[in-house]
Amino acid sequence: MEIELKNISYFRDGKYILKNVYFKFEKNGIYTVVGPSGAGKSTMLKLINRLIEPTEGAIFINGVEYKNIDVILLRRKIGMVFQRPFLFEGTVKENIELGPSLRGEKNIDALFYLEAVGLSKDYLFKDVNNLSGGEAQRVSIARALANSPEVLLLDEPTSSLDPTSTSIIEELIKRLNREGIMVILVTHNMEQAKRIGDYTLFLYKGELIEARKTWEFFENPISEVSKLFLEGKLKEMIE
Amino acid sequence: MSTSSLIFASSLVLVAIFISYYQKLGIEKEIIIGTARAVLQLMIVGYILHYIFSASNAFFTLAMVAIMILVAGHNASKRGKEIPGIFYYVTFSIAVSAAVTLSLLVLFGNIKFEPQQVIPVSGMIIGNSMVASGLSVSRLKDEIKNRQEEIEAYLALGATSRQAAQKVIKMSIKTGMMPTVDSMKTLGIVQLPGMMTGLILGGVDPITAVKYQIMVTFMLASTVAISCFTVTFLTYRTFFTKQHQLRQAF
Repeated sequence: MEIELKNISYFRDGKYILKNVYFKFEKNGIYTVVGPSGAGKSTMLKLINRLIEPTEGAIFINGVEYKNIDVILLRRKIGMVFQRPFLFEGTVKENIELGPSLRGEKNIDALFYLEAVGLSKDYLFKDVNNLSGGEAQRVSIARALANSPEVLLLDEPTSSLDPTSTSIIEELIKRLNREGIMVILVTHNMEQAKRIGDYTLFLYKGELIEARKTWEFFENPISEVSKLFLEGKLKEMIE
Repeated sequence: MSTSSLIFASSLVLVAIFISYYQKLGIEKEIIIGTARAVLQLMIVGYILHYIFSASNAFFTLAMVAIMILVAGHNASKRGKEIPGIFYYVTFSIAVSAAVTLSLLVLFGNIKFEPQQVIPVSGMIIGNSMVASGLSVSRLKDEIKNRQEEIEAYLALGATSRQAAQKVIKMSIKTGMMPTVDSMKTLGIVQLPGMMTGLILGGVDPITAVKYQIMVTFMLASTVAISCFTVTFLTYRTFFTKQHQLRQAF
């Protein structure tokens, strides 16, 4: 799938959250989106998932403006996983089946998706309240996978997880990508971006400052803002 | 009751004023204004009703009911004043619940279509609808605000607005209905309801008064259910766009 952000801006509460961003996600890979808090990273994901509408500009999916695509279909093809897993009351199985069941599908192989995220069948009938943070996040990824997405948008999925769970999720992301799912991952964790990213987008104050191969961005950032951000000095510059 | 005995009864308000003064509650002025307004409003309503009852005209009766619905709609819509069109949604919901319940009561022969019966019964229906729909709207607004991320998680899975809001819709309807359902459980034990008390004070046999009260109980169950259901389903849509997006403006 190809996603083109064509000069998109998002304006809210008297300021630009995203400003004139142009980028084309065209090759399969893991795209990491980094930048300080309030840079517009999560907003970018919400725009791609069409949970919000760009104030200016347009988004094209495989060359078609996404306003011309059924929004429900779009969201199934572009799955999104949030920072908090937001599992719904019930069992793991019920949560995994949720997406397909919303459109009336039956006979969903929940076990297939559960195993895809590395959880055994023992979890299938577990109450979601009895899951650890890492397990809950994996179930939320399995739930998104049950919609058979071509793209996964991940909004800081490991930010509240311990290192072991983080590592499991990272391996899962890499495997899903190898299996053909494009991943756009928002992260605050630079090491994580370095570890798993193929391409990195750096946002600052709503503007896309740099978008390059991950190793290039981290080893040889072009802009001054990127350098200061990677050196952890950006805060001083803002002040 | 003679007018002089009513004047003597007004001295009971002095008890409230004395407690407020003694305990420094600072609401003496409010009590006086409240009392004066209650007397004035009731007297005006009394004369209006007296006129409508003696005229016994269907148009006047319905006009009176319509005014009651508009005032109730205005009052209940304050619970969600940020929501565009809320006055129309609430007023329509109250009107639907009043129309359905009143029609059924007349159809079943519980009341006759005459002002002496329709107006007081409408007052009870509309008053309860007003409180219930106000509660539903308020809960709906709060839950959607507090569960914004959860609702968006649903939408991101390909849910429609309706599917994503189903949980808060249920909560809102339930919130509006619960006070009525709760009071039904304790009716006659903890409280002797207004209508029954009024009838007994008016000299009606308690068994007859109870029959009327049972009718009122059935009537209120239906009326709050209809108004909460209608107002919630009309209002939740305003929180979403046609593209199944949660509006960011509320």
